[in-house]
Parts: sequence; structure tokens; C-alpha cells
Amino acid sequence: MRRVREEFLRHREASVLVVALGLGLYFMSVTDVFLSAANLVNISQAMAPAAIVACGTVLLLVSGEIDLSVGVVAALAPFMMHYAIDFWGVPAIPAILLALLTGTLIGFGNGFVTVVLRVPSFVTTLGTLYFVTGVVLTTSHAYPAEIPGPVDGAIGAWLGAADWAHLGWALVIVVFLHVVLTRTRWGLHTVAVGGNPLGAAEAGVRTARIKIGNFMIAGTLGAFAGLIEAFRIHTIDPNIGGGTGLMFTAVSAAVIGGTALAGGSGTIVGGALGALVLAVLQNGMNLIGISANPYFLILGLAILVSMIANVYLTRLRRAGRT
Amino acid sequence: MTPVLQMERVAKRFGAVTALREVNLNLAAGEVLGLIGDNGAGKSTLVKLLCGFHQPDSGHILLDGEEVTLKSVRQARALGIDIVYQDLALINELSVYHNMFLGREHVGFARLLSNRRMRGLAREHLDAMGVRIPSVDVEVAKLSGGQRQAIAVARSVYSRSRILLLDEPLAAMGAKEGALILDLVRDLKARGEVSIVIIAHNYAQILDVCDRVNLLQHGTITFDKPTAETSLQELTDLVVAEYRKARTRGGSP
Ligand SMILES: Nc1ncnc2c1ncn2[C@@H]1O[C@H](COP(=O)(O)OP(=O)(O)OP(=O)(O)O)[C@@H](O)[C@H]1O
Ligand SMILES: [Mg+2]
Repeated sequence: MRRVREEFLRHREASVLVVALGLGLYFMSVTDVFLSAANLVNISQAMAPAAIVACGTVLLLVSGEIDLSVGVVAALAPFMMHYAIDFWGVPAIPAILLALLTGTLIGFGNGFVTVVLRVPSFVTTLGTLYFVTGVVLTTSHAYPAEIPGPVDGAIGAWLGAADWAHLGWALVIVVFLHVVLTRTRWGLHTVAVGGNPLGAAEAGVRTARIKIGNFMIAGTLGAFAGLIEAFRIHTIDPNIGGGTGLMFTAVSAAVIGGTALAGGSGTIVGGALGALVLAVLQNGMNLIGISANPYFLILGLAILVSMIANVYLTRLRRAGRT
Repeated sequence: MTPVLQMERVAKRFGAVTALREVNLNLAAGEVLGLIGDNGAGKSTLVKLLCGFHQPDSGHILLDGEEVTLKSVRQARALGIDIVYQDLALINELSVYHNMFLGREHVGFARLLSNRRMRGLAREHLDAMGVRIPSVDVEVAKLSGGQRQAIAVARSVYSRSRILLLDEPLAAMGAKEGALILDLVRDLKARGEVSIVIIAHNYAQILDVCDRVNLLQHGTITFDKPTAETSLQELTDLVVAEYRKARTRGGSP
């Protein structure tokens, strides 16, 4: 029993997985539709963008920063692809790369202002959030656009139109970044920078590079999530993810997955499972006919409970129980 | 013989605060130099210039008689300069062995961290040094102040640098552990491969292990003598005299 508890404490993600499975079992028992292939596709498609954005958010939170602009970067990226192909005559693949690069560059801007000009990232990215929203709305005149012809086929299918494309990309990204965070220098230095910024710099960690790099990863992932969403709903919507919705979902997923906002700890897998919990919850409540409103009630409670559990678990671990 | 390390007219300001006004300092090969001075005298600033963490506003730093510009901690490290910071520069969230190798990790296949290798090396090294901790896998946050300091010292010694800077390495140590570090300094000295600058407020310890003492006051070195030619009494008098002078100057009791 003791061992079980210790293992549980060590793998904080396990508790989130248990919650996800528990919710799944519950919804399975109350409605047959839940486990149908079509519904599983729905869940995976709801989970993937949040999980992908959450990966970047976790990296940033672990390194002691936050990015509020990832959601609107997701809205901007498909428009960049649309402008590039339809207005500037750029071929399909370079246009998609350009859209991703836009996210990377916005991430770089966020990182530069935060690290070099020393503006707290909350403020930096709040500014970026509004600025990019303005860019999206003025350039698109707040109207949706169609998926450009050259990418509306095999490329579109690979990038989100196909049923399981979302899940595939999410898995690849989650596994890759999990390895990055836990098994590479980059990951170790990310934890170091978030845990003790001065100490990390003193020990020779290139703190500016690590932070700016993580902003760039987060921006790129935001852009990618926006692209796959656009291909899935088969339209380029200036309000993807409801503007800030995707960002808040990602932060919630990260927090539910055990990432501390103070920096220095957090896991990619936890963030992905957090996204899964949210997707299952929303989907299941939808199926059993509860209106969307109590969803927020539960989401709020879930965040509070996770945070309290986090603080409690951290205290237990600090007390040397693991 | 040219000193391994020299500072010539080095100055360092932080905004309105002049931490170092004009520092001239020499460190001979194989020497252990004690650096003393009041709180806020600029001792930490001085060694942070030597390890590449800060850059001087003016003046020169010479390594083996040749001027060097130490742009970063990594560069200084590559030149064989290592340091134990006063604040230790440990990451609470990381294990002992990750802290030991922070900034110089071993990587293997696909540039993934060689955790097993680092764990083994850390354990070996700490055992050899006589540092007692529960396990190299525990987070540093769970160690005592003295244990943390021992880890920081062990880390700086591990790389076998030619110049070692120790900023109050004994501050949190018990008598026994302190003796362990002092013995380590003596061992290193006996091997003659490394030159050491050690900062401490305990003059007895300084006189015990150092070849020479420098006193830092008002941003400059005001006293420089071999330990053989000075005494606990003299060092104490120097610092206290300074304090008395300041008090009479200030006019208030
Ligand atoms: N990063 C910094 N930014 C601003 N001021 C600094 C900085 N580092 C040091 N100082 C100032 O420089 C002066 C010297 O500080 P330093 O830490 O070198 O003193 P010290 O001799 O090591 O003192 P102690 O014995 O208390 O460790 C102090 O007035 C301090 O406030
Ligand atoms: Mg100091």
C-alpha cells in the first residue's frame, strides 16, 4: 500500500490518468454512444489542439514563464497560409511552413521582450494577445476564409481533415517533447532556469537562450494547432478557439496535469492527460445532454482541486516521503 | 614566475554602487590565497569577475600573463576556472547528480542525457570526497545546508580546474564537515595542480590553510601578506581599527 502511494506521488500524471479513465467509465455506463468510433474521433479531435498547445505551455511554465498569446497565434497561422497561397502565390508546402514560422517568430518576439527587455511574460504576451487579435481581425475583416485549393486535398487530410490525424500529431508531439523535457540537456536546463534562475545562470546555463527557445516552441505549436483545427473544420475562422479559449484550455490542462506556475516542475504527459480529461468531460456532458454551462463549473473546480492537490503533494514530497 | 592569475586596476559598478574601485591582485601557481573583508566589501563581486559571471567595467584580467576577456561562465570554465558561489547555485528541483553535472552534462545516443553514467560518476566522486548524503537521486531541496554546500564544493572540484574560487565554502558547515573541506583544500594544494582563492570570515581558518591573505576594503586591496608573517591578532585589529575609525568619523557612538 505504501509503495503504491509512493509510486503515485512520484508519477503525478497517474492520478490524472485515473481521473480520465474514471470519467470515461462513467460516461460509458450512462450512454452507448460514448465508445462509438465516431465519438472517439470527436474526443481525440477536441483533445489534440489543447494537448499540443499545452505541451508548449508546460515547457514555458516549467521555465518560469507563461504565454497568453498562443491561442490567437493559432487563429493567425491559417490566415497566413491563406494569404500566402491566395494573395502572394506561394506554393502549398512553403505556405504552411510560413504559417508555422509566423508562430515561431511571434514566440521569439515574446521571448525577446520578456528576457532581454525584462518585461514580465504575463504582460508581454497579454500585449501580443491583443496585437495579434487586431492583426487577424483587420486583415481578415473578421470574415472566415476558405481553405485554399492547393492544400485542400491530401495535405489537408494529413494535417487534420482525416479522422485520426489529430490524434496522430498530438501523440507524436507529446512523445517527442516528453523526451525533450525529461531526457535532454534542453529539458534539464528548462527545469533549472525555472527552479532557480540566478543559480542556473551562475552554473553556466544559457538562461536567455532556453527561455526564448521555449517561447519559440510554444508559438510554433500554437500555429500548428491552429492549422490542424482549420483543416478539421474546413474553414479558416478568425475566432478559432474563441480567441483566448484555446490558451485557457491549455493552461488548465497543464495545471490539472500537475505543472506548477512557479516554475521548476511539470510534465508534458501530465499536460496531455489534462487535455484529455477536459475533452472527455466536455464530450460526455454534451452526450448526456447537460448544457455547456455546468462544464465551466466543473472545470473551475477541477483546476482548484488539482492546484490544492499539487501544493499538498509537493509538501509531502519535500517532507521526504518519496 | 608569472602569476597564474592577475587582476590589474579592475573596477566594477552596479548602477550607483561601486563594488570594486581598483583591484590589483595576484595568484601564484599552486598558491592558496585568502580573501577577507567586511560584508558588502565586494569579495563575491571580485570572484564573480574571475569566473566570468560578471564583466569588469575597466581594468584587465590576466591568465598566465596574457590578458583574457571572460565573457561567460562557460568560457572561464573552459579555461580551467571554477567556482563555488556563496549562494551555491544549486537547483532545488533537480537531483544531486543532475546538479553535479549542470552545464556540463554527459550525453550519449541521440544526445540524450547519460543519466546512469552521471549518477555513477557522482556517487563515486562524492564517496571519494567523504561527502555523506542519502542518495545521489534525491532532490537537492531535501538536503541540509551543510550537505548542499558539500555538493557545491564537490561539483567545483570534480572538473579538476587549475583555478578554484571558493566563496565562503564553510559558512554552513559543522566542525567536522568544515575540517573535511579544509583537508580537501590542503590535499589539492599538496598535489600542486590547482591555485585557490578562498573567501571566509573565519580568520583562524584562513590562517590555517592559506599561504597569503588579502584584505579588501573600500573597493581595493589594502593589505597583502603571507600568512606566516601575520596573525589572528593583526587581522582582527585591521578590521576593527577600520570599524573604530568609521565610528569616530561618523561622530555617533
Ligand atoms: N548583482 C548586483 N546588483 C547590484 N548590486 C550588487 C550586485 N552584486 C553586488 N552588489 C553590491 O556590491 C557590493 C559588494 O557586494 P558583494 O556581494 O561583492 O560583497 P561581499 O564582500 O561578498 O559581502 P558578504 O561578505 O556579505 O558576502 C554590495 O554593496 C552589493 O550591494
Ligand atoms: Mg559575498
